[in-house]
Parts: sequence; structure tokens; C-alpha cells
Amino acid sequence: MKTFCSVWLLLSVVELSPAPPASQEPPLACRGAADPAPPQPETAEDMASTGDLEPTHYPARRAAQVALHYLNTHHGSPFRVFGLQQVHKASAEDVEAGGRKYKLDFSVTDWASGSAGPALRCSADVLFPRTERHSAPDVKLRCEALQQINRTAQEEEAFYQKHITPDSAVSARDIPDSYGNMSEEMQPFWRLARVAASFIMLRESSENTEFNMAQVASVTQQESSEEQLMLEFVVLLHDLPSQEIVQWKLLASWSPDRGVRVLQTEWQPRCPHATKPPN
Amino acid sequence: MRVYLAVFALLAAVHCEELLNGDQVLRIHVESEDHIQALKELEEDVDSVLDFWTHGFSTERPIDIRVPHTSLSAVKDFLKKNNVPFTVMINNVQELLDRETAEMVSNAKMERSTKSFNFAAYHDLETLYSFMDTLVASHPNLITKVHIGNSYENRPMYALKFSTGGVSRPAIWVDAGIHSREWVTQASAAWIANQIASNYGVDPSVTSLLGQMDIYLMIVTNPDGYVFTHTDNRMWRKTRSVNSGSSCRGVDPNRNWDAGFGGPGASKDPCSESYHGPYANSEVEVKNVVDLIMGHGNFKSFISIHSYSQLLMYPYGYTCTDIPDKSELHSVGTAAIKELTSLYNTIYQVGSICKIIYQASGGSIDWTYNIGIKYSFAFELRDTGYYGFLLPANQIIPTAEETWLGLKYIMEYVRNHPY
Repeated sequence: MKTFCSVWLLLSVVELSPAPPASQEPPLACRGAADPAPPQPETAEDMASTGDLEPTHYPARRAAQVALHYLNTHHGSPFRVFGLQQVHKASAEDVEAGGRKYKLDFSVTDWASGSAGPALRCSADVLFPRTERHSAPDVKLRCEALQQINRTAQEEEAFYQKHITPDSAVSARDIPDSYGNMSEEMQPFWRLARVAASFIMLRESSENTEFNMAQVASVTQQESSEEQLMLEFVVLLHDLPSQEIVQWKLLASWSPDRGVRVLQTEWQPRCPHATKPPN
Repeated sequence: MRVYLAVFALLAAVHCEELLNGDQVLRIHVESEDHIQALKELEEDVDSVLDFWTHGFSTERPIDIRVPHTSLSAVKDFLKKNNVPFTVMINNVQELLDRETAEMVSNAKMERSTKSFNFAAYHDLETLYSFMDTLVASHPNLITKVHIGNSYENRPMYALKFSTGGVSRPAIWVDAGIHSREWVTQASAAWIANQIASNYGVDPSVTSLLGQMDIYLMIVTNPDGYVFTHTDNRMWRKTRSVNSGSSCRGVDPNRNWDAGFGGPGASKDPCSESYHGPYANSEVEVKNVVDLIMGHGNFKSFISIHSYSQLLMYPYGYTCTDIPDKSELHSVGTAAIKELTSLYNTIYQVGSICKIIYQASGGSIDWTYNIGIKYSFAFELRDTGYYGFLLPANQIIPTAEETWLGLKYIMEYVRNHPY
């Protein structure tokens, strides 16, 4: 049984190579559903935005957010999600094979402590490929003192022990709720969802998108496997340029040792008239 | 507090039987030494039940005396006999007291209900509308509710007009909630409405501003959408109009204005969140505001409040070409943000819509700028994406407080730079 599970897990991991949402046709009942993040036509300004970029303008900020998603996939946890504090310097250049590479100098904070918290200085190269079918950006990231940040090992261990037991069966909807309320108990699950969603946001990003996680529609704990917490999330992502809300279902695993892994993702088409996510 | 004490005292006085029914207050116009003598006689009468409201007699000013009902004819006869001129200032003291008490009780109640409106919570449309009525009722000389038209689903659209008089004074427009899911904007606007009302007569800057200009504040600019976010879909952004030939409803009300309409940064797909609609001003919600602005003809500033991203922006959105007034608007924005940040250290960025957030056509402040309303701005309030639209209610007041500082700066600047 264990070997079967391992093999299945392995196969699932392999499946992580994403099928872009465009390849999944919406069911007939949802004809006319908007594509997530339709690309915007380039303006004359885009052409000119090579060389030094204004750090407060969107081209630099979008690239920095992509670097943030990358950072969170590697270093996010139920007790740590990073947020962008400020872009200090940015530049962009076209590269061979038709992509654009951004060089960034920026600061991040542990989002939970807000902009008041200690900031980490980071630098990143973010390469957006220009291919016919969308492919994920490539990120090279360096943050100073990453290893020295306040380790949340104790909280992680306690959280892990509490929920790895066979009788733990967490299930919740709408985190936070319409009023922004999120219970203390749900916060680590929200952060896990945010980190797992970062895998998707990273993969789906382009120069024409700027993703955030708008809400966790649901979290359902699955049977633990290989000593990993297994969680099925439905998340709502918000893309700023198109203002679309995009719904994804995903299966993620976590443990203090292995961090967050995303095993399966599935884009959920938005029926125009459906107002609640389909179960 | 003083109001409560006064009401209590009055109620206590009044409750101890109606002692003052039929009593009158006479105003004596003293003209000579003889008159003064007569009055002194009256006053020194030990058994006198006369209640002198003025002490010290002189010909310089009138003397007021409350005369109990039973002594009225005797006193009036005395005054006539001594040729002391008088007038009846208060015809029935009890009646006046009753009226004043009723007014004070009612005011206290209204004050309590605006005080009891929970600004640190998100409310439904009915509650917000009822708050508007309460605010207007407790500041009848400052605020009127302007019915600017109805929404697609026939809900009334109201703007609060803050005015100390004049005719078509230069005015400032502020709207919130044009995108219904941006709940912190309607909530902040309610707080700001109350703040302006409370500050008038107290804060010299607000008082001077309202001495010269009017403020129009629209708390819920998209009522149909707002209701829908409560009943069906918290993430609804657009209006709720029916799109012919599509099962998708709604038009993005901030892509529907006549500025670069239909250009890049808006969608022609009715199912899209940024669908611009069949033509400019197709949405009645937009048309109502356009009609008011055009009909008024004297707006000097137009400020639209959105969330989230923590930005203060000026035109254009439909093109990244700089406006002629870019330099001035950028420095006004920068100074406004400095005020905002000073309160809780919330970091905002300043820039044109097109450069700082995205190219977007058919936006409101582009249209207002192009018709000559120079000081056109758009806010994106808290946060930067952590909670996004679902900002916790405990952040409403801090958000409103800091936003008010930025808004106030812009308004003061507009007042100081007439054009």
C-alpha cells in the first residue's frame, strides 16, 4: 500500500507540469466564461520600458510580485508568508529568443507583521519568455539573511503534530469571510493556501498579470500521506489588470521538513450566472 | 454631555409639576430714574415672586423679569401706573420650555443614533441609507440628501451635499463604492461624512472650506452591485444591468465613461469584469453622475475612491501620455500622501493611472479631467493584497482616518487654488 502511495505521489508530482488553463475548455453550460487574465495589447510605452524602470510603476512591481511568488513557494509556511515592501531599483532588457528579463532590487517583509516588520533585502532576475503558448517565468532570487530570519519551528511543529493525527479532519469555507474575519485557528491554513496558491500564481504570471489571492473558498483535509499533511484547497485569485477572479482547486502537501508541495491543480471555470464556486 | 445635563435639569424642573404654565417674561425698557426707582421697589418686595433675569438697573439696557401667572395683572398694572414701558418677550414660559425640551430630547436621540452607528463594521445598503438620513437630520443646516437618480434595478442613488449656502458654489465631488466589492470604500465614506459634519464649526480648515465651497459625497455609487455582494457574490464588481445577447450581467462602471471609451484596458466581452458596455454612459449609474456634474457646471475637483492597492492616482488611464497638469497633480498627490502616511505609516504610491496600475479606458477621472475639472484624483485604499477586498472591519476606521487626512489636503489645496 505504501509503495502504491509513493508511486502515486511521484506520478502526481510529475503531473505538476501545468496545462495552461486555456487548454481546458469550459463546460457548455458555462459558455462565455472569461479567460483568466487576457493579455493586454502592448502600448508604445511598453516598447520603451527597456533600460531603467520607475520602481513605483507597474512593470517593475509586477516583476517583483513574481519574484515574491517564487520566494513564497520556497520559504513560505503556515507561519510565514512574504509580502512586497518596496521596489528600490529595476531595469529590463530584451533577451534572445524573444523574452524580457527584469533585474530587480527590492525589500520584502513577513506579511503578518506588516510594513513595520523587519525587511529583507532581495535581488532577482525575472525572465518572462515570449512564446506562443504561455510558459512560466523563470526566477533567480537572492535574499540576504534569509537563514537568519526568526524561525517559526516551534509553531510549525505544534501545528503539524496537531493535524497529522488520523482523526484530524479540518474542513472550512470562506477564509476570510465576507467581513474579513479569520479565526486564529484558520490563519495557518490561510497561509498554507497562500503559499500553495503562489505555485499557481508564479506559473500563470506574465508581464500582463498581477495576481493576489482574494479568498480561500474552501479547505478540506485529506488523509495524510507519507507523513505529510494533505490539504485540498479551492482558492480565488484576483488579477489586477483584468480585475478577474479566477478559481483554482489544488491539492497540496506540507510538513515542517519538506515544506509546501503542490501535487495537483485544476482551473475551475466560472459560470457567468453561477455565483458560488461549484463544489 | 452638557446636552444631557441640560435635558435632565429641564426634565427635572418640568417634572416637578408644570410650575411655569402661563408665566410670562416681560422686558422692561427703563428710560428714567423714576423707572429705576419703581423697579427697585418691585425687587425689594420680600414677598415678591418675581424672578429678575437681569440684575442691576440702568437706562442702558432692558431688564427682563419672569412674572408668575398669578401676579401678572398686578405687575402689569403697577408698570402702567408708573409709565414704565414694557413688552411681553415670552408669552408662555412653560410652552417654550416644553418645545425646547422636545427638541433637545430629539437631538440627543439623533446624536445617540449617529453615535451608535458602528463605523467599525460593514453594513448593508438599508443601514447605510438610514445612516445618511440620521446624519442629515442631525445637521439640517449643513447637509442635504440629493437624489441624483435611480440605479438599473431602480434603487435610489443619493449624494450628501455639504453646503453652508450660496448658489452653485464651486464644489468638490467624492464618490465611493462604484465597484461594489470594494467594501472599505463605502465604509470609509460613511465615516468621512460624519467627520466632515462633526468638524464643521470646530476645525478651522473644514469650516473655512465649507464657507467657500460645497462638498458632494456619494457613499454608495453602485447600489445594485452592493446589494449583490451581500446577497449573492461578495466578489461582484460591476453594475447589474442585463446585457443583450449574453447570459452575463453587468458593466464595469469605471470603463463606461466617455474618455477613450472602448480603447485598450477595457473588455468588449459582457462576461468580463472590465466590460465597457455597449456605449459610453450606457449605465444609468454613470449617466446620473454625469448629468449632475454637467448640470451643476461648477465642480473644481472630482475624487473617486476605490480599493485595494494603496495608491493615489491622477489621469490619464486611457493613455500613458502625461496630462498638461502632471507636475502640479503629482506634487499635490505626493503632499496628500505624506499627510496620509503620517498617521499610521501606511505607504502609498503616487502616479498616473496608466503608469502606476494599468492602462484602463473609459474611467471617470479621465472624463472629468477632460471636461476641465483639473483636480481629478482616484484613491486605491488598503491593503496591498494580503486581505485585498476582504479587509477586516477593524481596519475600517484607521483606513478612513488616514484617507481623510489625504482627502483634506487635496480639498484645502483646491480651496486655495481657485481657477
